[in-house]
Parts: sequence; structure tokens; C-alpha cells
Amino acid sequence: MSPTRSLRPLTGIAALAMLAVTAGAAFASEFERVRPVTHAATQKECGECHMAYQPGLLPAASWTRIMDGLQDHFGENASLPADTAAAIRSYLTQNAGSGDGRLIRITEQRWWLRKHDFAPSIWTRKSVAAKSNCEACHRTAAQGLYEDD
Amino acid sequence: MRPTKPILLLAAAVSLGAGVALAASGDPERARILDGYAAQAKAQTPGFAGFSAERGRALYLGPHTGGKVADTPGCASCHTRDPAGTGRHYKTGRDILPMAVSANPKRFTDPAEVEKRFERDCVNVLGRACTAQEKGDFITFLSNQ
Ligand code: HEC
Repeated sequence: MSPTRSLRPLTGIAALAMLAVTAGAAFASEFERVRPVTHAATQKECGECHMAYQPGLLPAASWTRIMDGLQDHFGENASLPADTAAAIRSYLTQNAGSGDGRLIRITEQRWWLRKHDFAPSIWTRKSVAAKSNCEACHRTAAQGLYEDD
Repeated sequence: MRPTKPILLLAAAVSLGAGVALAASGDPERARILDGYAAQAKAQTPGFAGFSAERGRALYLGPHTGGKVADTPGCASCHTRDPAGTGRHYKTGRDILPMAVSANPKRFTDPAEVEKRFERDCVNVLGRACTAQEKGDFITFLSNQ
């Protein structure tokens, strides 16, 4: 269930079949879907500083690295009590997607870069603030629905 | 700030006596948290004479140096200079609910959450853990905001 990566190479028929499976949204063809976060601690703890990214957005190896390095989380101390961290780690790794496990940034994964190939000035808009702010453009990102715009 | 000063002083005086922090903070859970910090501060800080909203304000606004994150010289860098306003994470742009108790009565009522965030945010802003006195000052300042 990794987002775009797996969709791109599919044939039209397979894509249609996928859409049928994930049907429900009126304009399914304009969305990419990822399973939403269903783990309360993950939602709460990750969601304090940024959108709680869905586990399917990174492979297990990346999540493991992230959870190993919370004391220096992209330059910030984001440490958690050990029991909370352990619960979040297992939720993320057990529901992980695919991708390059050497990269811990979602925004450096190949599928992500391919989907966001536009003018860099977009990222410095005040309403966007950072690449990590999915919801600035994908309004329903927190539900795992990424508008294809 | 001016008109509330006598109240703050009173609050500081009141919170000296353990168990009476309730009068200053208005919520039993917050009072328990403050009492806990007061007990720790008494043990840690010679001459501890109660929490100070003024010191809490200075801690909140900064600027401080030596923090782990150079872009956040104060708590206000994310929580905004007006504690009654909605904050904004300095990097991700994520909204943060107001820190002032008047604007957000749930503030400082979950001891585990409060400790977790102090542990983290103080290192990022100050480069070290906050003392019990600083934690109490911070909550006292924001309880009066
Ligand atoms: C990098 C951004 C950032 C900075 C800088 C920051 N905080 Fe926070 N703080 C947060 C976030 C995010 C939360 C959690 C969201 C919430 O409680 O609304 C939070 C919550 C808290 C809480 C928990 C409050 C409660 O009601 O449980 C405390 C205590 C706290 N911060 C103290 C501080 C102190 C002290 C400083 C300065 C030394 C500081 N913060 C600086 C982002 C920040």
C-alpha cells in the first residue's frame, strides 16, 4: 500500500481494479490512498509537532532508524518515555510500506520526489512552511487521502 | 502585566505552602503538579522562595543561547509571544493550542505530558533540562495569563 510508487507502473486495467477496491471517494481517481493512522499513541505523540505520517509512507527499516534516533530527530530532541516509544515503534514497523530503508525522510523517497517535481519556491510560502506539512496542499492527508494536485 | 502583579505575588506566596497551590492554579491536577515541583525546588534550590511569574515570563520569551535548536531561542518560538494565541511549530507550521490557561484550561493537567514536554523542549531551547523551579515558574506565569 505504498502510495504512488506502486500505482505508476500499473497497467490501466490493474489501476481500475485498484480503484474499484479502494472506491468510496466520489473522485477516487484524484486521490492516492494510504491506510490512516489507527494507533492512538502514534497519532498523539507524532502529531504534536507535525502531521502523524501514515506508517505506509516509509519502509520498516526507515521507521526503525527514526525510532532509534528520537534524541536527535531532524535536529530536535523528540525523546519519548520508553514504553510509549516501544509501542509506536512496533505499530510503525508492522504497518510499514516499501521504499529505500536507508532514507529516513519521506520527502527523499523516490516516489515522493517524482510526485513533487515543481518549483522550489512553493516550499517557502508561509502557508506551506516545510515539505513536512502535507496538509498545506493535501487537505485530507491526515486521513491518508492525498489529493493528486 | 501591570495590574495582575499583586495577584501574582500573592500566588507565589501561596504556592510556597504545599497543598495550597490550588488557590493559585484553579485546577486540582495542576495544583498537584505545582506542589510536586515546589517540593523538588525546595530540595534543589537553596533559598527557594516560591515560584515567580516574572521569571516564568523571562524563561518563556527568551532569548536564550546554547539550545540544541538554534532556530528556537525561546519557548515563544513555537508557543508564540502571546501565550493566549495559537502557536505554530517553528519548522513544520503545525498549529499548537494556546499555552495560557485562560485560553486553554486543560493546560498543565496531565503530569506525564507536562514532564515529557519539559524534558524535550528545555533541551531544544536551553541546551539542558529545566530545574523544578523553572518548571513551576513557567506554569505559574501561564496560569496567570
Ligand atoms: C519546537 C517547538 C517548541 C518549542 C521551541 C517549545 N515547545 Fe513546548 N510544546 C511544543 C509542542 C508541539 C507541544 C505539544 C502540543 C500541545 O501541548 O499543544 C508543547 C507542549 C509543551 C508543554 C505541555 C503543556 C501541557 O499542557 O501538557 C510544556 C510544559 C511545554 N511545551 C514547555 C515548553 C517550554 C518550557 C519551552 C521553552 C523552554 C517550550 N515548551 C518550547 C512545541 C514547542
